[in-house]
Amino acid sequence: MEELDGEPTVTLIPGVNSKKNQMYFDWGPGEMLVCETSFNKKEKSEMVPSCPFIYIIRKDVDVYSQILRKLFNESHGIFLGLQRIDEELTGKSRKSQLVRVSKNYRSVIRACMEEMHQVAIAAKDPANGRQFSSQVSILSAMELIWNLCEILFIEVAPAGPLLLHLLDWVRLHVCEVDSLSADVLGSENPSKHDSFWNLVTILVLQGRLDEARQMLSKEADASPASAGICRIMGDLMRTMPILSPGNTQTLTELELKWQHWHEECERYLQDSTFATSPHLESLLKIMLGDEAALLEQKELLSNWYHFLVTRLLYSNPTVKPIDLHYYAQSSLDLFLGGESSPEPLDNILLAAFEFDIHQVIKECSIALSNWWFVAHLTDLLDHCKLLQSHNLYFGSNMREFLLLEYASGLFAHPSLWQLGVDYFDYCPELGRVSLELHIERIPLNTEQKALKVLRICEQRQMTEQAILLLTSHTGDVGLWTPRVRSICKILAMKAVRNNRLGSALSWSIRAKDAAFATLVSDRFLRDYCERGCFSDLDLIDNLGPAMMLSDRLTFLGKYREFHRMYGEKRFADAASLLLSLMTSRIAPRSFWMTLLTDALPLLEQKQVIFSAEQTYELMRCLEDLTSRRPVHGESDTEQLQDDDIETTKVEMLRLSLARNLARAIIREGSLEGS
Amino acid sequence: MEEIYAKFVSQKISKTRWRPLPPGSLQTAETFATGSWDNEENYISLWSIGDFGNLDSDGGFEGDHQLLCDIRHHGDVMDLQFFDQERIVAASSTGCVTVFLHHPNNQTLSVNQQWTTAHYHTGPGSPSYSSAPCTGVVCNNPEIVTVGEDGRINLFRADHKEAVRTIDNADSSTLHAVTFLRTPEILTVNSIGQLKIWDFRQQGNEPSQILSLTGDRVPLHCVDRHPNQQHVVATGGQDGMLSIWDVRQGTMPVSLLKAHEAEMWEVHFHPSNPEHLFTCSEDGSLWHWDASTDVPEKSSLFHQGRSSTFLSHSISNQANVHQSVISSWLSTDPAKDRIEITSLLPSRSLSVNTLDVLGPCLVCGTDAEAIYVTRHLFS
Repeated sequence: MEELDGEPTVTLIPGVNSKKNQMYFDWGPGEMLVCETSFNKKEKSEMVPSCPFIYIIRKDVDVYSQILRKLFNESHGIFLGLQRIDEELTGKSRKSQLVRVSKNYRSVIRACMEEMHQVAIAAKDPANGRQFSSQVSILSAMELIWNLCEILFIEVAPAGPLLLHLLDWVRLHVCEVDSLSADVLGSENPSKHDSFWNLVTILVLQGRLDEARQMLSKEADASPASAGICRIMGDLMRTMPILSPGNTQTLTELELKWQHWHEECERYLQDSTFATSPHLESLLKIMLGDEAALLEQKELLSNWYHFLVTRLLYSNPTVKPIDLHYYAQSSLDLFLGGESSPEPLDNILLAAFEFDIHQVIKECSIALSNWWFVAHLTDLLDHCKLLQSHNLYFGSNMREFLLLEYASGLFAHPSLWQLGVDYFDYCPELGRVSLELHIERIPLNTEQKALKVLRICEQRQMTEQAILLLTSHTGDVGLWTPRVRSICKILAMKAVRNNRLGSALSWSIRAKDAAFATLVSDRFLRDYCERGCFSDLDLIDNLGPAMMLSDRLTFLGKYREFHRMYGEKRFADAASLLLSLMTSRIAPRSFWMTLLTDALPLLEQKQVIFSAEQTYELMRCLEDLTSRRPVHGESDTEQLQDDDIETTKVEMLRLSLARNLARAIIREGSLEGS
Repeated sequence: MEEIYAKFVSQKISKTRWRPLPPGSLQTAETFATGSWDNEENYISLWSIGDFGNLDSDGGFEGDHQLLCDIRHHGDVMDLQFFDQERIVAASSTGCVTVFLHHPNNQTLSVNQQWTTAHYHTGPGSPSYSSAPCTGVVCNNPEIVTVGEDGRINLFRADHKEAVRTIDNADSSTLHAVTFLRTPEILTVNSIGQLKIWDFRQQGNEPSQILSLTGDRVPLHCVDRHPNQQHVVATGGQDGMLSIWDVRQGTMPVSLLKAHEAEMWEVHFHPSNPEHLFTCSEDGSLWHWDASTDVPEKSSLFHQGRSSTFLSHSISNQANVHQSVISSWLSTDPAKDRIEITSLLPSRSLSVNTLDVLGPCLVCGTDAEAIYVTRHLFS
């Protein structure tokens, strides 16, 4: 076991008094149930008024944010796209695809952040506004971390381009300068604006030297006295060698040029060229990478990673990735100056600069309030083949563990569960088991929803079925996993409860549930006996091969066919079908009497329908039935009455059968004779 | 199909419908309604794709659709139809049928009329009352017809409190959708692959005609009637098949077309250009079927042709066609018997539950909580 990474946070549940009463709790897949019990801590039986509620404690609260839902849904599409990236792709094309995916994720975070920002501004309730604002800052931190990880782990920028990426990173996230610039340039006399030098300094700090030069030219225009030194500074800014993406110069060439430029700057400092203008002199010191001068601009730098990047820009522009961590640590120490301790975000960024991916993910998991970020980032880094070696001491690997956590959170939500399904799909080890556990808990309030859940189940066992077919010829068994069956059964039960027998039957046919089909068929037959007519003929008349599912269902279908034949006056066919139902033993014995009674009108027809042979069969059936009839010990009046009717029926049947037999023998005899 | 705009709306969309244009209007569609399902709180919402000179200056860029107003809806929205310009009829999973009224002046929606127990398993008033989801609704001013999981058909009138006509146990299985065939006649599809025609002039609880798929009783989920040739009907099934029926003859479909990989949730003929047909499915795809065969070069329409495929009718029992105008959907001429299919959504993920077409505009809604709109269907 690893030790804890910090004290677990205490969540207070309002209204629950854990001091007086004992608590009860139970874990769910994504949440926990908590309630007070009526047990008292002390032996005394005094009744403490206890809290009558059961509380649901959710651990992934962010899932319930309306705006973050957009993040979950949109990133779901990107996630699927990433999983489908061809594993065969290698080298450049693969990397560029992964970088594109990473940028897509970031743009979704940004879109979400902007919307959250709008909502925070528009919020009428200040507490609400604060909540949204804090969400904005969380999203912004997520994007900051993601962007850095993209540069360091996915882009894997080498010395040279690395710094350009880092500069872009800082410019993207320290963006107050744009509004400041608009403010200054919008004023009547920009160079006399209070923030003019602040603006120029920030531009230099961010390495935006072209813009800084333009500002300086405004100063030169406004005060001719300093025009000369402004021009010199402008030249220094212009001549600073930088790596441009299209340029073919080598790193060594750049380093050499940069060294010359640096020495030139140094000379100007020693010559005290800018002594008359403290502003310009401090700019020069910044451009020389002077740490003390940089630290003077703490306010403008606003954070240590900005300090780090500026410091690298002016002191070591071709920094190698492996040296980053040294600069990062010292920049953090210098910037904080022992006054404050690093925040979680600082630690995460520092870990990234140290190329310690696992530390980044671990710190993020602790600091952030949702699993979305770590799950998606880890998955992406895993696709960059950066996480192979790391295995957890529980479950499977880290990627899968985090995806499972995230997906479980989605399943805890009443409507985001559909997203969770695809995440489980891409967890090779425990995804399927988790899906099976979670999907059972989806309430099925409409058939349409049930069909969607069924489709999910059916789609997922296709592969399993394929495997089954390869190993053994189990046929249909593989197609119907227990879950599909149980969904159909739930729906069939529901339909039976609602007296929708047709619906129940079609669900049990879909589930291939013979036992339930038998039960429903019995209900149909009972209804027929009570009412004398069939319901739901549209289904029963169209059973087709599904009729073979259970014997009882076959009987139901065939019995209905008998009625149809009878209705169509196809008496001979009807008669032989009726007889075969009994002789083949498809008809339940309890139904024989009804069948024999059905034979009565056929026996009484003018023409002879049952042949002599068939009549013998019928007689055998009747005798079979009456001889095995149980003898009732007790004899209450009702029983007697029933028996009476029964006896009359049997007598009538016997009479009819005898008459029919006589007619049949005469007819057959005369036919043979003729 | 260059521009298709997606907007994530934080609710799973079960139905989308364009607001009908006033008769004789030359405008294009600009307002549509959506209904959500499977959320803790479900909503009926109205959206506009029009220009927002004064409404929204910063948020929406051109082509994006903006929310006009919404109202809580009890239960999942199972179906949605515009009754007229202002009124929307919604079918609920609670068995309730509600007419919502839109007030364009202050952009609000209100409940105009409600039949709370339109569909039920055990009657209202009985202690064991249990409702049944209402699965489909169709309007033909002033009439509203609803069908449900209880196999019941209701005929309502907008100004009547009680149902004008109810057919209990009209179907032994679940009725999934309903549409008008000719004025007193309606057409329903059910979960055992049958298509039934009901004539409200006839008393009794029997359909006037039953047509069915042979064999496997594959459930049918949606139905639409050809806007000009009322005997031509299209249905979509659980296996994703598109069936074309000629209700005047035979009891089997004229043709069965292999289409989607999962449930086809909706099928629509283009109302003014019925050679075009649109389908959407649980498998996350949205298809445009083009049966207009007279134009040899359709390159302007389908030059992308990413997923274009040619299909020929697989089943055909059209031996004795003798109508003067043969719909291209019923045609069996091998030379003409081609349909071009284009997939309209870029990548498929979760189910596309619904779609609607009007003029050059198409809207669809998905379980991925996105609404897609295009205004240049035939550009």
